[in-house]
Amino acid sequence: MATMNMVRAINSALDVMLARDPDVLIFGEDVGYFGGVFRATDGLAEKHGLTRCFDAPISEGGIVATAIGMGAYGLRPVVEIQFADYILPAYDQLVSEAARLRYRSGGEFWSPITVRSPYGGGIFGGQTHSSSPEAIFAHVSGLKTVIPSNPFDAKGLLIAAIEDDDPVIFLEPKRIYNGPFDGRFDRPVGTWAQHPASEVPDGHYTVPLGKAATVRAGAAVTVLAYGTMVHVALSAVEESGIDAEVIDLRSIVPLDLDAILHSVRRTRRCVVVHEASRFAGFGGELSSLVQERCFYHLEAPIERVAGWDTPYPHAFERDYFVGPARIIAAMQRTLKG
Amino acid sequence: MSNRPRLTLHVPVPKVRPGDRPDFSHVAVPAADAMRRPDVLDAEPGLRDMPYGLIRVLDEGGRAVGAWNPRLDPALLRRGLRAMVLTRAFDTRMFQAHRQGKTSFFMTSTGEEALGAATSMVLGREDMCFPTYRIVSYLMARDYPLLDMVNQIYSNAADPLKGRQLPILYSAREYGFYSLSGNVGSRFGHAVGWAMASAYKGDDRIAISFIGEGTTAEGDFHEALTFASVYRAPVILCITNNQWAISSFQGIAGGEETTFAARAIGYGLPGLRVDGNDFLAVHAATQWAAERARSNGGATLIEFVTYRAAGHSTSDDPGRYRPADEAAHWPLGDPVLRLKAHLVACGEWSEQQHEALESECREAVRAAAKQGEAVGTLGQSKPDTREMFEDVYKQPDWRIVEQRRELGC
Ligand SMILES: Cc1ncc(C[n+]2csc(CCOP(=O)(O)OP(=O)(O)O)c2C)c(N)n1
Repeated sequence: MATMNMVRAINSALDVMLARDPDVLIFGEDVGYFGGVFRATDGLAEKHGLTRCFDAPISEGGIVATAIGMGAYGLRPVVEIQFADYILPAYDQLVSEAARLRYRSGGEFWSPITVRSPYGGGIFGGQTHSSSPEAIFAHVSGLKTVIPSNPFDAKGLLIAAIEDDDPVIFLEPKRIYNGPFDGRFDRPVGTWAQHPASEVPDGHYTVPLGKAATVRAGAAVTVLAYGTMVHVALSAVEESGIDAEVIDLRSIVPLDLDAILHSVRRTRRCVVVHEASRFAGFGGELSSLVQERCFYHLEAPIERVAGWDTPYPHAFERDYFVGPARIIAAMQRTLKG
Repeated sequence: MSNRPRLTLHVPVPKVRPGDRPDFSHVAVPAADAMRRPDVLDAEPGLRDMPYGLIRVLDEGGRAVGAWNPRLDPALLRRGLRAMVLTRAFDTRMFQAHRQGKTSFFMTSTGEEALGAATSMVLGREDMCFPTYRIVSYLMARDYPLLDMVNQIYSNAADPLKGRQLPILYSAREYGFYSLSGNVGSRFGHAVGWAMASAYKGDDRIAISFIGEGTTAEGDFHEALTFASVYRAPVILCITNNQWAISSFQGIAGGEETTFAARAIGYGLPGLRVDGNDFLAVHAATQWAAERARSNGGATLIEFVTYRAAGHSTSDDPGRYRPADEAAHWPLGDPVLRLKAHLVACGEWSEQQHEALESECREAVRAAAKQGEAVGTLGQSKPDTREMFEDVYKQPDWRIVEQRRELGC
């Protein structure tokens, strides 16, 4: 056991997998000697060798295409896309190739790649270092999409993603790399060391894909969240005193539908939260599923709290970023309903 | 198994790392007058030696020599020098401003100032530059208001880009400077399309576009070259090879076995390779390509060989991946000092004049920074929150209207 922040936990997962499986290798922009712009691969090239963790040309399409080829050969490549905003040049490879290879070849070929990428806002990164593209992956049959919210889960989910035989998009909420930011810009962010989920085993373990976690049990309303928004939701619950149940989805594909339905049928109210913009966001899918399957249990319309339908703005980041106040207001609306 | 050795995976590594002695022995520096200057309308097959040479004009003594000497008026050279010195003064001050918490991010172009300054003086106001974030000297050479830049960097109430964009990702249509974006490479093809539109309309405007050597790995680069070649677009496509892409040396972009200028050959385009720290050479090569483009001769690919003398950005620490004193060993020197030395050698400039220029530029930047700070730095002042919702579409739809109302603005 060691106390780790999220970056160290991710680094530890990669380290464990490089040591354990010679078919695992890592590449991406600046991930080799330098150790990645967020330091997630720090020390790995030195420890495991240059052909196990190396720099890639600035070509996201090329990175994912070659990873798919390696995966088809039998390797388990783990590639880093420096910011999720830059994954779009690789979107065709992910959608038309990685996602469909097994299906279209009748099971003859498949490619178990893992694509790691820091995502999300709250760091004053402007339009191209802040976005939350999870919905465009969730929409694609054949891809899995995983989003951890704390160091323990990050390591366990990443190992599970690497060992998974399907392609996995692993989105890392960069705002909480170093501490569980709760959406309050007016207070210092605590460090992970004060959080129980920073206790991380040194060795191999997995957190299964498709298992949500109830991070706070409650009876009044179910709040569905993932990534940074888990901490923002918890902070909203604490401030409002509402006895909400907060569920951290941990992976959006596969989705732990049972956990969601079980909770909403008890609380009879549901608020869905994400950073990504609202229209056609993943919240729309969650809201439909709950409506379709819990309609007769619901006491109030399902609420969605999400980013505005604009590109991510620089100066207005704090107006854009979903904070506790908007979640509290949504919870209160469902309680009135 | 055959008795051939087993396959091995090649991963390029730079010759030196932190703690090692800088080594640029792979950068050949031919004599300043070594390169021939072909006719601007020579057919591409006759130009295939060009990508492997290095066009230079300034010799070791600061004299302008050889076929590429553009024989520029000293007054123009002094303006170029001013744009470079101003760029450096601005970079120094605004980098400090970031360190003082006045903004979120900043990038300098230290050591690469000749590229924007010289190209800007070749192209006209009607032409369009599709820049990278390191081509700010293009605006400096056109007297873009420093205060507008400062306000953009502070994302304050007077920010011409209305608080929507990361610092230094300017847009200046009036100055022939296309909107920047944080994703690298994605505008390279826009330059080709813009140039094709000019040809389609029968105008005589041309485009110039820049891309880092690291970013030549993106598909955008290769797509742009294909279209530029197929449609003989009047565009100058420039690679700024500053040796580094954040922590990755140019070998990671494919520079180990060939030059970046030589990419042109496969596309049937002329490829020029130019000393990017030699203001006169940059001007002369750009002039050649501009002439060719304006005469319906189509596109040219130019590799400017330079060196990123500072960190990648305010988030970077180059001491982690390259020798700390590497910049001092760069064989092509410093572009400001080289142009200064040339003007001094011609009797057109002096130490005193240079010092006066430096303090004039520092003062202009200081005044603009102070004025910008009076409006407010990042977080102290911002445009009206309504601006967050404007320009998503030409006319906002109900979503924007509702959300603006929800936020109370
Ligand atoms: C599409 C995309 N991928 C990755 C990045 C992250 N990134 C920003 S700058 C940079 C390096 C660019 O290097 P180069 O093209 O050589 O230009 P230089 O910074 O050296 O001028 C990278 C990888 C990005 N901004 N956009």
